[in-house]
Amino acid sequence: MVSLEFDVLINALPQLLRGLENTFILTAASLLIGSIMGIFMAVGRTFGNKIVSTAIYLYEKIFRGIPLLVIFFLIYFGLSQIGINFEPFVAVVIGLGLRSAAYQAQIFRAALNSIPEGQSIAARSMGMSKVQSIRHILLPQVLRLSIPGWSNEFTIVLKDTSIAFSIGVIELMRQGRYIYVLHPEMILPILLLIALIYFVLVISINKGLSVLEKKYRMKGFDLTVDR
Amino acid sequence: MSDFISFFAQSLPKLLDGLSITLFLTFLSLILGFLLGISLALGRLYTPKIISWLCIGYIEIIRGTPLLVQLFILYFGLPSVGIRLTPITAAVIGLSLNSGAYQAEYLRGSIQSIKSGQMIAARTLGMTKIQAVAHVILPQSLRTSIPAWSNELIYLLKYTSIAYIIQVVELTAEGKFIAADTFRYLEIFTMIAIIYLSLTVLFTEIIDRIEHRIRIPGLGTKRTTLLRDA
Amino acid sequence: MHMLEVKNLHKRYGASEVLKGVSFTMDKGETKVVIGPSGTGKSTLLRCINQLHPPEKGQVFLEGVEITDPSVDINKIRQKIGFVFQDFNLFTHLNALRNVSVGLEKVLKMEKEEAEKRAMHELKHVGLGKFAERYPAELSGGQQQRVGIARALAMDPIIILFDEPTSALDPELIGEVLEVMQSLAGEVTMLVVTHEMGFARNVADEIMFMEGGYIIESGSPKQMFTSPKHKRTGEFLGKIASLYGEE
Repeated sequence: MVSLEFDVLINALPQLLRGLENTFILTAASLLIGSIMGIFMAVGRTFGNKIVSTAIYLYEKIFRGIPLLVIFFLIYFGLSQIGINFEPFVAVVIGLGLRSAAYQAQIFRAALNSIPEGQSIAARSMGMSKVQSIRHILLPQVLRLSIPGWSNEFTIVLKDTSIAFSIGVIELMRQGRYIYVLHPEMILPILLLIALIYFVLVISINKGLSVLEKKYRMKGFDLTVDR
Repeated sequence: MSDFISFFAQSLPKLLDGLSITLFLTFLSLILGFLLGISLALGRLYTPKIISWLCIGYIEIIRGTPLLVQLFILYFGLPSVGIRLTPITAAVIGLSLNSGAYQAEYLRGSIQSIKSGQMIAARTLGMTKIQAVAHVILPQSLRTSIPAWSNELIYLLKYTSIAYIIQVVELTAEGKFIAADTFRYLEIFTMIAIIYLSLTVLFTEIIDRIEHRIRIPGLGTKRTTLLRDA
Repeated sequence: MHMLEVKNLHKRYGASEVLKGVSFTMDKGETKVVIGPSGTGKSTLLRCINQLHPPEKGQVFLEGVEITDPSVDINKIRQKIGFVFQDFNLFTHLNALRNVSVGLEKVLKMEKEEAEKRAMHELKHVGLGKFAERYPAELSGGQQQRVGIARALAMDPIIILFDEPTSALDPELIGEVLEVMQSLAGEVTMLVVTHEMGFARNVADEIMFMEGGYIIESGSPKQMFTSPKHKRTGEFLGKIASLYGEE
């Protein structure tokens, strides 16, 4: 039986928002790790030697080929077996971050490959070193071209923070659970409310980044990077 | 090392049990998701405004919320309105509904990448909209969506692990049970990771071969291939 | 001392040898034009000179310094060699002004203001002062190429290499680029690979005809056009001249 006691919902909000705060931190931290690693991996795979390139390729294959849940279990439970203990929160950030790096590397690499080689050649021809040409000519463009793909990754990471629930991290889902465990008849409305919160966030992020993309769009250059 | 091997041998039967559930969930959801996806894509593109809007709405909502929340609503939420689903049923429904929304978008992309001139040409020949879609648009867009589809297969394979959270005893769940007993998390989940990884590589390889077999010259099967006008 | 000395350059790609021993010299202020059938190594020659594709054999000397020596800092050398590309290769994310100033700022380490002042000067020089804020996508092909020339000029190079600068342009846009190049003749040392016979005849101090990886013949425009020594030279020039409707 479902009942819609609005006062329960209203009272639940602060608690849910506390969970949401953690959801934000998890998302931001994981994305940051993923971005920094991703850029290096994209550059490494495009410009690095065979060994570096293969190592990065393997990393990508592994982290895109196993479920996030398994990654969490390995980091949180598995590593503690050999003495490396992480808090659930940290384990999730590491897990999400490492996985996101694999996907972001792909996004950045696609953008990198779409820049005509001639521009690199022009940069080298005027005396820029490899590093300079990457830094001043390629990366500014890569970042702009990656916005659509990155915005996709952003929402995926946000949604996947819900899986952190399973190793006890107190993010949005878990806070929700605390509430509906106390008010079982409200479980459906609460879950729907949580769904709504995620939905609003995803739409906002997409809209926001879309505005950003339009602002920084380089005229004459179009790339849609799918995942 | 031999201890590891014997541990592996001991755990294998249970892991295989879990794996069979994982594969069952994966493929069933992929297929049901495909049927839903085609309906949504066609609904979005070729039907009157109201139906089209409903399709778009569905797709946006599903893509805008986490799979876990969707599964929870189906498994924990529905009983309060009298619908009790078994874990597996809830998982299949949830994964299918979820996959359907994503597949709809891939298909839509493929359909829209086919030059509109072909649709016009088909209608000029006298085909009805339905015939044009069935004989001209779909055969091509199904081919061009293969990369996205293979992506979806891998995605589902991995995300069936979330069904563990609604008590489905698939591969990850079996692993967790064994680990909870033996405390050998590292070994068990490394094994499980290897299993998932092998399947991922295997499926990708198989789909690549299929794609190659049914390739039509001039029809870009890679999303980023530009079609050149001769 | 010659400005540029190319000695016995050999370059191969895979199984085929594209440059089979090319040698010539250039002095300050000279304009030399390389002509010849496509695929005979003309572009490769230019790219060997600035070491984009290092040659297997042979040497290149810039102002007496051997730049083919592996111990040389090639980035420093490239600052002194300007390069203008067939496909312009402007940086898509920068406007015209920044395209010209980025090298000054990041490679020559100029202050941003000074770099942009210098860049503006060069843009005006090629007639594009009013287009400084435009992005490459907003410029016509001819305008883009002129920005490319300004970009090369701004670095104050010893020599500028032009790799078929007008081949990718619509016919009516070729003129504006050739005009700019003509205005540079005498002041700037230029090595130009092109099919534009009019330019070769009117502006070049010397024309080099290349085929099959060799320089078959070289001489003043008058000599090459009216009394070439080699049969092939005459054939080629004749064909091209009639193709372009010139006599």
